[in-house]
Amino acid sequence: MATTDRLTRTAAPEPLVSPVTLLRIAIILAVLAIWEFLAHSGLLYRDVVPSLLAIGKALFDLLSHGDYYFNLGVTAAEIGTALLIGGVSGIAVGILLGANRFLSKAFEGYLYYLGPTPKIIFFPIMIMWFGVGPGSKIALGTLSCFFPVALSVAAGMRQIDKVLIRVGKSFRASTWQMITKIYLPAMRHPIINGIRLGLGVALIGTLLAETKLSNKGIGFLIINAYSTFDMPRMYAMLIVLFVLAIGANALVGRFGGLEGIKRT
Amino acid sequence: MTIAASQQPGTRFVSPALVGVATLLVALLIMELLIQLNFISRFIVPPPSEIVASFGRVIVEEHVFSRFLLTLGECLMAGVMLTMFGIAGGVLMHRVKLLQQACETWVAAMAAAPLVLAYPLFMVIFGRNAWTIIMMGFFAALPPVILKTVEGMASTRKVLVNVGRSFNLTPAQQFWKIMFPAALPTIFVGVRLGLIFALINIVGVEFLINYGGLGQLINDLAERYDLAGTYAAICFVILVSVLFFMALEKTERWLRPID
Repeated sequence: MATTDRLTRTAAPEPLVSPVTLLRIAIILAVLAIWEFLAHSGLLYRDVVPSLLAIGKALFDLLSHGDYYFNLGVTAAEIGTALLIGGVSGIAVGILLGANRFLSKAFEGYLYYLGPTPKIIFFPIMIMWFGVGPGSKIALGTLSCFFPVALSVAAGMRQIDKVLIRVGKSFRASTWQMITKIYLPAMRHPIINGIRLGLGVALIGTLLAETKLSNKGIGFLIINAYSTFDMPRMYAMLIVLFVLAIGANALVGRFGGLEGIKRT
Repeated sequence: MTIAASQQPGTRFVSPALVGVATLLVALLIMELLIQLNFISRFIVPPPSEIVASFGRVIVEEHVFSRFLLTLGECLMAGVMLTMFGIAGGVLMHRVKLLQQACETWVAAMAAAPLVLAYPLFMVIFGRNAWTIIMMGFFAALPPVILKTVEGMASTRKVLVNVGRSFNLTPAQQFWKIMFPAALPTIFVGVRLGLIFALINIVGVEFLINYGGLGQLINDLAERYDLAGTYAAICFVILVSVLFFMALEKTERWLRPID
């Protein structure tokens, strides 16, 4: 009996580094090379584009200095407090507006249109109300954070599956039980999404307020580096700040399982 | 019936919008009383009547209209730049898939980064002038335009692309006659978001560097301790922002009437 060999297809060998990674490395290298060229070319004002070595050294100095961590702690505490106050009040108002169509029609429009206005313009008022210390920065962060959380929670509340609510009501759950056992668990994603947005704007609000009037915090350090024209230090601080902000944003998203949600 | 559909008894004949306005007016009235009765210091919160009275003074003496035009001009400049570069960037990323795969996450990360905090850096590069404000607005608003352009181009219906192919359209014709018009509503969503971010950042940076239009006005009045004027200027900026958002929303609805 004649036999035939089994046909096999040799798979193409996987490239060691994918083309996407290669392109990313090429872009990063190109940007760094252009940067270094500009730093040494004299085309721009001296020190506006410091050499990568100077930025690296400033980054090392920054991260090895205890003073930076103290200021980072001050800013983190201000942002954390703002997020807590703004987040809790945003969730409460969001639940109220989402649960009641009349209240939603009466007041949600104000939140919707006030939400995207530039909050930093309220800083003079916050200074009057809460002083020049951390209070005014926390207040500005709270104000910034409140709107996205409230709007996101109100929208999430309206999307809760009606079956879940009927189940809660059929068990004669109290209002508190409905909130803690039905509404909040069912709205996990809108709440986390709102908090993620709120974190971003609270961070911006707090840090901008620090750059305007403060004597401690990361915003103060940035504007201080600008005042003394210490450009490598300013670049180093902005790099660390951007990394921290993007990392915190990704962490909140991962914590809430937002990666699993199909983006619309 | 969703929970939002539940309506409180007795509220059926009262207009919600009326209740909203009435609540606002009552809150202002209570504030006025508390200040007049010295429960709240008028050196911290000026009476609402004083704020309303200062509107005319602020508008005439502080040249609000020319300041408004300056801020609007900066916003339009940033808007033109971000429309040009944002859409071009998005189209490029959509056409070069490798570039999209490599850079889309970076653009999304850029959207999450607090770019406005780099304003001292922009002041060093561009000087304390309108360009710092415009460039700050431009960079902070660029990511949503790029991302929405990519999304709009990618979501063009296959049947439209096939119709173009059946007519033997050139790649340029395919882009201008099919892809771009189909993606335009989604692109405009990005441009709208971008313009909102640009306005927020432009007014914010004006306030912070004490230069330019409406943002500087608030800073000026606050530094002069003109409390009623500061509150009036803040109300004016809020009004301008709200009108700006409403106009953008109307335009978006006009562009995508089906949604």
